[in-house]
Parts: sequence; structure tokens; C-alpha cells
Amino acid sequence: MKKSTSILGAIGLVTALGTAMVAPVSAATKACFVYVGPTGDFGWSYQHDEGRKAAEKALGIETAFLESVPEGADAGRAIERFARSGCNIIFTTSFGYMDATNKVAKKFPKVKFEHATGYKRDSDNVSTYSSKFYEGRYVIGQIAAKMSKTGVAGYIASFPIPEVVRGINAFTLGAQSVNPDFKLKVIWVNTWFDPGKESDAAKTLIDQGADILTQHTDSTAPMQVAAERGVHAFGQASDQIKFGPKTQMTAIIDNWADYYIRRIKAAMDGTWESKDTWGGMDAEMVHMAPITNVPGDVKSMAEATMAKIKAGDLNPFAGPITKQDGSVWLKAGESAEIGTLLGMNFYVKGVDDKLPQ
Amino acid sequence: MEMTEAILLTIFTAATPLMIAALGELVTERSGVLNLGVEGMMIMGAVAGFASAQITGDPYLGALGGIVAGMLFSLLFAFLTINLVANQVATGLALTILGLGLSGLIGEAYVGQPGVKMLPIVIPGLSQLPLVGKLLFSQDAIFYFSIALLIAINWFLFKTRAGLTLRSVGDNHTSAHSLGIDVIKIRYLAVMFGGACSGLAGAHLALVYVPQWVEGMTAGRGWIALALVVFASWRPWRILMGAYLFGAVTIAQLHIQAIDINSLSFLPSGLFYLTGLIKSIPSQFLSALPYVATIVVLVIISKNRRLTLINTPASLGKGFVPDR
Repeated sequence: MKKSTSILGAIGLVTALGTAMVAPVSAATKACFVYVGPTGDFGWSYQHDEGRKAAEKALGIETAFLESVPEGADAGRAIERFARSGCNIIFTTSFGYMDATNKVAKKFPKVKFEHATGYKRDSDNVSTYSSKFYEGRYVIGQIAAKMSKTGVAGYIASFPIPEVVRGINAFTLGAQSVNPDFKLKVIWVNTWFDPGKESDAAKTLIDQGADILTQHTDSTAPMQVAAERGVHAFGQASDQIKFGPKTQMTAIIDNWADYYIRRIKAAMDGTWESKDTWGGMDAEMVHMAPITNVPGDVKSMAEATMAKIKAGDLNPFAGPITKQDGSVWLKAGESAEIGTLLGMNFYVKGVDDKLPQ
Repeated sequence: MEMTEAILLTIFTAATPLMIAALGELVTERSGVLNLGVEGMMIMGAVAGFASAQITGDPYLGALGGIVAGMLFSLLFAFLTINLVANQVATGLALTILGLGLSGLIGEAYVGQPGVKMLPIVIPGLSQLPLVGKLLFSQDAIFYFSIALLIAINWFLFKTRAGLTLRSVGDNHTSAHSLGIDVIKIRYLAVMFGGACSGLAGAHLALVYVPQWVEGMTAGRGWIALALVVFASWRPWRILMGAYLFGAVTIAQLHIQAIDINSLSFLPSGLFYLTGLIKSIPSQFLSALPYVATIVVLVIISKNRRLTLINTPASLGKGFVPDR
């Protein structure tokens, strides 16, 4: 009898151990990341990878990543490979992965998918997330208008998608809040990452009279050109001060680490659900690099704007705002609806460019 | 005037790496070897060029590092395709993929570091000339070298006995072999020369064009260089034309995008409307314009089929196994 008790006890112990084992099993969550550029781009993909590393460190989980995955058909194969190889949560970090992510997600209902900067959540295992970069764009627009002598800034843009258009509009609105006649020249390079082409575009904008450069592409090449030609510029995605110690006025830094840790944790403890997250300066998703190479009054102006945005007292897309074609978009007192912002496909007044459709 | 100068300078910088890589590949292909690994050799040249400039602090040693890296990397291709007679197309593609990966690994320590820029060498006297002074005589050493290279290759291929031998190997390796020419040695040298040129082109990217190292920074320029060789129908001067045309259209489309059309009212009306018309084209098409324009022009100049056939190395891409 005693013996059987001890056997029972042993069984009980095993069961207890088994139950205890469950936790480590779910702790062995694997988070996977798909990047559009190389992790060494020192811009967009670099920042996502910093987020991945932070999550790995904070949660002690296994992670994997694929870099330089082209947008479009190839992306689907990369994402599917991850889904098959035992990833529990997959972050696809470029707008162009939107359809591929949703397609693969339908096939793998148990895997959680997180798509950055998109708006489609076709099945309930897909979430979208983005950061309100445009808040930072508004601030740098103000700095640009204060600092420019020619009254013209140059904007190196990648693809005419809502996120990029939003940035251009926010920059313009910020600049106009300081100088209503401020002009913005835009060049579309139709690539996220080509240092050579980005530097050609930077040279072109400077040759055409822009004395402030900003970009929505991923390399540090424009910053270097600006430094060489003696004009000012803003860093993109990460702090690029090393490439222009006397050039960078500030940089919009993407901070994904907190979000990644939060979401992976949710996936681990079962509280994950499909939703859209759109955080800005208030959620610490948008950071600004220290403001440098500007006079004190410009710095204090920028900091005041940032404080207002953070506190929710200032919305860059609050009326009155006129569209480029002269029609009224928002009347005084109105502010933009989230849907319009997410699908933004028009310019505001003052952008000296025709939006490619 | 200043604007024209600025535009032309940008074009020259964009065209130089394409021309150097294409000239190297031209010599390789003239010997009958098709090396599709230009992109891979170029990026190895870029990372090695950046690293050696960073370590020594001297951009010229950087350029040398790029040349050596490209050459060493091409030896791998030479061994596989010439000694082991592996398929040249597949091996070339593998070389590109390997180069892109390996360079990322080697260059990891150099990401995010501003590089050493190769400064222009201003030639006294000549650089004072209007327009051409700035364009032709105040450039970096690699630009001067690219022009010298063009002249030298043209002379070598068509005016020297060694050049004739190289072409004969490319046209018919069996006949060349039966005449006692060492086909394998010549092809080795041609492949290494191509590798050295690609390496230098890559070093130009990392030392002059954008003085920094980032993974994948060649962004397809090796493929453009390869295409230029074919469309130039294996003739050196046409490569100069193709590379500069490609550079010119690339830069022109950027300028057209940014320009305020009303500031051009001084232009003759025809040109004014043409610019307006181009400006109304969506930028996605404008981005493709350099490729389209270069192909169209080079197709037109090489429409003489007989001349093209004469210039095409007849043994291109075919493996050679000497009978013993």
C-alpha cells in the first residue's frame, strides 16, 4: 500500500512536472521577422532588427529573420516558409507585404501575423501596426521652414503609398505653420534602398535650390550628400548624426522594441488578438534624435511642438486644411478621420509635385 | 551654366562605375567567357575597398583593395568554369549570390561608419577651362582611370597581337588551341581582368559615389553593366555611350521630377512642351526610362545584323576541354 502511494505520488509528481513543463513549452515561442532591406541599412530594417534583438533579450525567446525580401510574390514564399518552420508570431515589416501576409495568414490560422504600416486584416490572426511618423514630420517641417534660406526643401520619396504621402503632407503643414509660402520639391526614386540613386536625388534637389533635405528612403546617403554640399538635413528611421555631425538637425527614430515585446508577450500568454495599433510620440513609438545644429529659438520651438503633440494638444492634421487642387479637405475645428489618413492619396496645398497614382 | 555643370557632374559620377565594370566584362566576354557574377564581384570590391580605406585611411589603397578583392573573387569563377568546365551561367549567378551574402558578413563591422572619400584631383591650368575644366579635369582618380582604361582596351583589342589572340580564343577556342594558343591561360587572365574592373567599380561606389558601406549597396548596377556589354555589341566606345546615356537619363528624370515647369519658360516652345509632357508621366515610368532609353538607342545603333554577328564572340559561354 505504501508502495502504491509512493507510485501514485510519483505519478502525481510527474503530472505536476508535466504541468510545470507547459510553461517552458509556451515560453519556447518563436518570433520571426521579414525585412525589406538588409539589417545593415542603418535605417528602416535596422530599427526593426533592433526591436527584434530587444524582444529576444527581454523575453528570452527564439527569433529568426529574413532580410532583403522583395515585396510582392517572393514575399509570400518567405512568409510561408516561416509559418511552416514553427514560427508562432511573424512580423512582416514593409507595406508591400500586405497582400502576401493576409494570404499566408488564411492558410495558417494558428500562427499570428503582424503587418507593419498596412491596413488589411482579412482574418482574425492578422494585426496591423504602425507608428505616427507624421508627427515627427510635422516637427521637422517647422524646423525646415525656420532654417531654410531659400524657402525650399527637398524630399526624397520612395513609393506613392499612403504612409509616404502622409509624411509629405505633414512636413508641408508643419513648414507652412511657420512660413505660409514655404515650398517643397519631391523626387520619387521608386525604391526603398539604393544609396546611389538616393544620393543622385539629393544632389538634384540641392542643385534645384533646396537647402534642406529630408527623405523617406532607407539609406544614409542623402545625409552624406547634404554634409558634403553644406546644407542641412534630417535623419530617417535611425539617428544618422555620424554621417552629418554638422548637418543633421534631428532625426525621426522608429522605436519598435516596446511594441514587439508587448505583442510577443501577448502571444505567449494567450491574450493576443487581432487589432490595429497606431502609436505616436505619446506611445514612444516615434522618438526624435537630439536637436542639433540649430539656434536656440528653433530648438525651443521644436521642443514645444513635440510637447504639444505628446500631450495631445496638437494634431498635425487638424483643419483648416486645403487640398492641393484648392478644394477644402478639413474645415476649422475638424480633424482628419483615421480612415482618410490610412488611405491618404492626395496632397495638401503647397506641395510642388504631382502625386503619381 | 552652374546648373548644367552640376547636372553633368552628377551624370559622370553615376556613369563611371557602370563603364568600368562593363569594360572589364567586355574583355572577359571577348575571350569567350560569360561571367554573370559582375554584381557579386562589384559588391566584394565595394566592401573590400571601403574596409581597406578605413583601415589604412587612404582611399587609393582602398581602390587597390577593391581591385584585389574583385580579382580574387573572380578566380573562384575561373577555376570552376575554366578548369572544371562548370556551366558558366549557373556559376556566374552563384557568384553574385555568394558575393552579396559574403560582403554583408565581412562588412558587418563597417555598417554605420562614415567612410573616407576619394577627393578630386584638380589638374592645374586645364581645370580653368569653362565647363570642361570642372567636368573633365577636376575629377577623382577613378574617373581619369576609366577614360584611360577605355582607350587602352580599345587599343589592346583591335591594335595589338595579344588582343587579336584574345579575340580568336573567344571566337573559336578549338582553332585557337590547334594553333598552339594557351586558351586556358588567356581565359584566366581575361576573367581576372574582368574581376579587377568590377572590384574597382565597386570601390568607386564605396569611396566616391556614396562614401559608406551598406549591404547590397550596388543595387543592381552589376546587372546594368552586363546588359551594357550586350547592347554595346562588345565594342568599347559604345559602352562609353551606353553608360553615359544611362547616367544621363537617370539624372535627367530626377531633375524633371523636381523642376518647376514655369521656371523653364525661357526654353524654345517645343522643348518646353516636351518637358511638360515628360513631367506629366508618372514617376514609376520615369524610373524605368533609363533602361528603356539605353536599350532603344543601343538597339538602333546595332541594327546592322552582320556587324553585330561579327562582333559577338562565337564561343561565348561555351566550355572548353582541351584534347590531349
